Amino acid sequence: MIRMTDISKSFSGNKVLKNVHFALEKGEIHALMGENGAGKSTLMKVMSGIYTRDSGMIEVKGEKVHFTSPKQAEKAGIAVIHQELNILPHLSIADNLFLGREETIGRTGILKTKQMEKKTRQILLDLGLDINPADPASSLSVGKQQILEIAKALSVDAEVIIMDEPTAALTDREIDNLFKTIRDLQKRGVSFIYISHRMEEIFSLCDRITILRDGEFVGERKISETSFDEIVQMMVGRELGERYPERKSTIGEIKLAVKGLSRKNCFEDISFELRRGEVLSIAGLMGAGRTEVAQSLFGYKKLDSGTIEFDGKQVRIDTPKKAKEMGIGYVTEDRKSEGLVVDFTVEENVSMTNFAAISKNGLISKDRERQLYDTMVKRLGIRTSGPDQAAKSLSGGNQQKVVIAKWLGIEPKLLILDEPTRGVDVGAKKEIYSIINELAERGVAILMISSELPEVIGMADRVLVMHEGKITADLAKNEMTQERIMHFATGGGKLAVEDQ
Amino acid sequence: MQLKTNNQSILQKIAPFIGLILIIVIITILNPGFLSVSNLMNVLRQVSINALIAFGMTFVILTGGIDLSVGATLALTGAVSAGMMASGVDPIFAMLLGLLLGAVLGAINGIIIAKGKVAPFIATLATMTIYRGLTLVYTDGRPISGLGDSLTFQMLGKGYFLGIPIPVVTMIVSFAILYFILKKTTFGRRVYAVGGNEEASILSGINADRIKIYVYSLLGLLAALASLILTSRLNSAQPTAGEMFELDAIAAVVLGGTSLTGGRGWIVGTLIGALIIGVLNNGLNLIGVPSFFQQVVKGAVILLAVLLDRKKTA
Repeated sequence: MIRMTDISKSFSGNKVLKNVHFALEKGEIHALMGENGAGKSTLMKVMSGIYTRDSGMIEVKGEKVHFTSPKQAEKAGIAVIHQELNILPHLSIADNLFLGREETIGRTGILKTKQMEKKTRQILLDLGLDINPADPASSLSVGKQQILEIAKALSVDAEVIIMDEPTAALTDREIDNLFKTIRDLQKRGVSFIYISHRMEEIFSLCDRITILRDGEFVGERKISETSFDEIVQMMVGRELGERYPERKSTIGEIKLAVKGLSRKNCFEDISFELRRGEVLSIAGLMGAGRTEVAQSLFGYKKLDSGTIEFDGKQVRIDTPKKAKEMGIGYVTEDRKSEGLVVDFTVEENVSMTNFAAISKNGLISKDRERQLYDTMVKRLGIRTSGPDQAAKSLSGGNQQKVVIAKWLGIEPKLLILDEPTRGVDVGAKKEIYSIINELAERGVAILMISSELPEVIGMADRVLVMHEGKITADLAKNEMTQERIMHFATGGGKLAVEDQ
Repeated sequence: MQLKTNNQSILQKIAPFIGLILIIVIITILNPGFLSVSNLMNVLRQVSINALIAFGMTFVILTGGIDLSVGATLALTGAVSAGMMASGVDPIFAMLLGLLLGAVLGAINGIIIAKGKVAPFIATLATMTIYRGLTLVYTDGRPISGLGDSLTFQMLGKGYFLGIPIPVVTMIVSFAILYFILKKTTFGRRVYAVGGNEEASILSGINADRIKIYVYSLLGLLAALASLILTSRLNSAQPTAGEMFELDAIAAVVLGGTSLTGGRGWIVGTLIGALIIGVLNNGLNLIGVPSFFQQVVKGAVILLAVLLDRKKTA
């Protein structure tokens, strides 16, 4: 279907792709893996005409091509579904599907709305989605929006669909649905290129896998003939060892105790205790209210009722500033929109929470700022080209480390981590786990929100499971299983614990 | 050094400077008289008022805001100080009160925007009308003159220090202070942070509302300072003073390469932007471009500069 040979690409002298090979068969689901910065996205952008290659050859169905714009790639049947979906939320579902190629009465520009809606309904029904096409696209869940994106791609006769981390924001049920759609289309001869960091998904969905490392082609395997360990080793170029490093912390006195926290339409009656050196995880589905609890603890969202005790004293936390002064740090869920000023340098980002440490009478001390940066880069192993590198040009894993670095500077007593390893590659994931362990060993209380169950089980001392704004279970380490957490996350009753 | 990568490439930073040199060269070729010391001093003096406002506007725009009310703020503070002086209040006290009023009018903008969550464009469009209206009410639509002969007040607009006009000295000193604030203080850094990503700033424990209120107050203060210089030079306060000044200030900021979406830019660019506008005003006169046509040229230059800037970032 597509064959890419010896593809190279440089940006301002920096070689990001070095003689990469990639071959896609008709009707296969081909995974593309590699650590952040390995060149996956660049390779896909070359394939889809966003970037032009410096050298090498691309053949589509045996014909040499040279795309200079995404439009040309689209004409050749290659469609890309980006991680950030390309949906206009206020337009109707039908409008979104027909965007840019609306059906009109003659050439008048008057829309045949009814006809487009009817077609939309049929197209989406084929993909297993029963919706009202006149509804605004924003009424669809993220999972259904994904399927709408696939429908858009199919409606321009795409034969190859590139999906970049499609499941990052989906619930398990939505993922099942998406995979079913992908498999159906595969039977009709559509090929997929599937980029993901989630090993489990790749093993359950894909036929073949290509692995890149540092812009180079490492290898191609049939999924049925490889293993988790082999892929990880190909990706990081070394043995990774245990996925979740061991922690030797002693759990101390109660650091944080909350009782009956409620916020209208977000969560209600949340009570729990968190001790020094403990890693407490909050699991649950998207929209269960986990992030809102964290934001309220951090003073970013207002509480309607409930009490918070910190170090045994009752406190009111109404601004993030106050939370910070008390020694609470918050590594946000979305690093680009909430965690970083992407135009700032790495150093400036690290400084953002630490003005007290690097300034005197409102004057920033250049030396102390650099010192803080150096300490953090060393402590967290952040890979940058220097303090002046813009945060936006870092890989996802390194960006995440910068967000963590912001909070380590304040020497937090309580650190809230919201999806700390989302969109981060395996190598960096393990490094982040080690950082969490090191903090817990130093006596920091850790509250970790995570949707990845293996991560919860691997890291947490205790897990709270939330469902629709309420805590449905509080499980100790020896009680955690993926099935049990899922059971409570989807609203299963208390009984299940006693059953087992 | 510090804000190098977070803003633009070196080339982008010096582009406004190259533009300024280019304009000066063209004008000098057409009329060598432009480069005479007396004319250059003249240009700088004309520039000083717009530059002061544009410096403040830089802070506001860096936070992602805009202020359309500065012209009206200038008129109202000028009228109030002049009114007090005309009625015999101590001139120094009257001037200080004018400055304070400017800061308060700015703070009102800031509070409406930060606490009331009103879009800066709309908020300051409304206060522009209100401040201008108050000026007309206060002056009854007539200029205020007979401001007395206080040396301090007269020097402010007309005096010289070591042969340099006092307004120019004021501009240079203000520039140095504001440059320092933006570059070396936590306040300056927070201004960039709020404009770069407000949510991330708040979640980093920065009081974004307070930063916004401060930048609008600072701009109000600088507009009041500009108004005192203008009132001193004219020896009277005009109720229509400062009309369209907001647009010249915004143009200077944009010419200097500061992004209207906030978070990116620098005040040196703004100084150059103000100089470009000032040199154009003066130079087009010198080379005999008819005054109506001057506006067309000025607008075209601004458009060209911004388009070139676009090209580079794309």
